[in-house]
Amino acid sequence: MTNPPGTPPQPPGVETQETISAEIAEIRGAYGKAVADGAPRRAHPDRDYPPYRSSLLRHPKHALVVPRDPEAAELTGPVFGVTDVTAIDHDLTRQHIGEPLGERILVTGRVLDRAGRPVRDQLVEIWQANASGRYAHQRDQHPAPLDPNFTGVGRCLTDDDGRYSFVTIKPGPYPWRNHDNAWRPAHIHFSLFGTAFAQRLVTQMYFPGDPLFDLDPIMQAVTDDSARRRLVADYDHDLSTPEWSLGYRWDIVLDGPAATWMEEGR
Amino acid sequence: MSTTPSSAKAPVSLPPTASQTVGPFFGYALPFTGGGDVAPAGHPDTITLHGTVYDGAGVPIPDALLEFWQPAPDGSRAGAPGSLRRDPVTGAVVGRDGLAFTGFGRVAVDADGHYLLRTLPPGGVPYISVCVFARGLLHHLFTRAYLPGLADAPDQAGLEAEPLLAALPPHRRATLLAVPERERVYRFDVRLQADGVHEETVFLAFE
Ligand SMILES: [Fe+2]
Repeated sequence: MTNPPGTPPQPPGVETQETISAEIAEIRGAYGKAVADGAPRRAHPDRDYPPYRSSLLRHPKHALVVPRDPEAAELTGPVFGVTDVTAIDHDLTRQHIGEPLGERILVTGRVLDRAGRPVRDQLVEIWQANASGRYAHQRDQHPAPLDPNFTGVGRCLTDDDGRYSFVTIKPGPYPWRNHDNAWRPAHIHFSLFGTAFAQRLVTQMYFPGDPLFDLDPIMQAVTDDSARRRLVADYDHDLSTPEWSLGYRWDIVLDGPAATWMEEGR
Repeated sequence: MSTTPSSAKAPVSLPPTASQTVGPFFGYALPFTGGGDVAPAGHPDTITLHGTVYDGAGVPIPDALLEFWQPAPDGSRAGAPGSLRRDPVTGAVVGRDGLAFTGFGRVAVDADGHYLLRTLPPGGVPYISVCVFARGLLHHLFTRAYLPGLADAPDQAGLEAEPLLAALPPHRRATLLAVPERERVYRFDVRLQADGVHEETVFLAFE
């Protein structure tokens, strides 16, 4: 494949999108058949997901071991407070002298445990690319412009309803080297704590209607259709502010041992 | 769990949000100044836990992030805010206040895949909980660094009677035992996958 004139030369990826997409389809088909035959649904991605090439040498082959220990330290977890965040940490558009370029958005939702109870006063961290799809990270070599008015890091504490809220700009999609012509759909990285360390979650939020979803082996590693859909925020017109910003709603449910969410667990 | 059909408080079970990889670009977002300095500066009881994170080719992983959680030396599991304590004027992370023990550490490995944690001995349990994130890892992994021979913790023979460790064959159990290198210094390597020479670390699931 030749590049259009004017674009920088790209090292050719080893494999084509077609190859990766065929692998994604095969794994999804096998999962669908297994579920139809009675296998349980899987909410999380498999750690061994070959279409995401970096997973090949970075997943354990042994089964995880379950400690049968009601006193496990992981059933408690770190706490954070007002000293850990500053007032403007939740507004990624106000961290520099000028305003960042891009589409201003509000992203808000609730952090819940599996019983539907709010996770209160807990730390939520986000990071993301700028509107051009470039991270403020030295190792990001994507030749898209940096924005001197956008770092792309935010933090906040959840409120009594478990609600978090960030003002930011919509990140751009960006290329990566998994395969030839590989592009990540626009996303915001999220880091979440529950009341137990065992509820820890790092994930990514996506934007509705992105044409790159089906092509992306990281998102598609969540092979369950409904679990994958839950990674996509809803556009919510009631959260949009006239003449100012568009609103997205995304609720997060922390997984965790039964003791952290069963009624009789506490 | 209650399975009584008449229970008015039958637990709802919302489906969980899926994990996704931390990716390669967390480095300017998640690590913070003093993230590995859980012990107050100069505390005489400080222990050092360090090691390298390896992939299935036996190569150090330069883009992993480790988090640590543990009870305080007195056994308290309440933790304390202030791991990322901020200067309210500049917003910079100024580090823990040196008094409260937060129990939480976060360290990105360096270019050699190496991490270092300075903390106090955990009270009531002989281990520090470890959570591993990395590019290429779609769902984080939990493990434990068991610390033999601490003042009020069992020696290695005693540790092997711990229920989790006792249930493992010796070659698997060994991956959870931090190796004392010298006074108050322990080595704990993490191997995400066996490389043909070294055993894969035992990783944990909490159900
Ligand atoms: Fe990303």
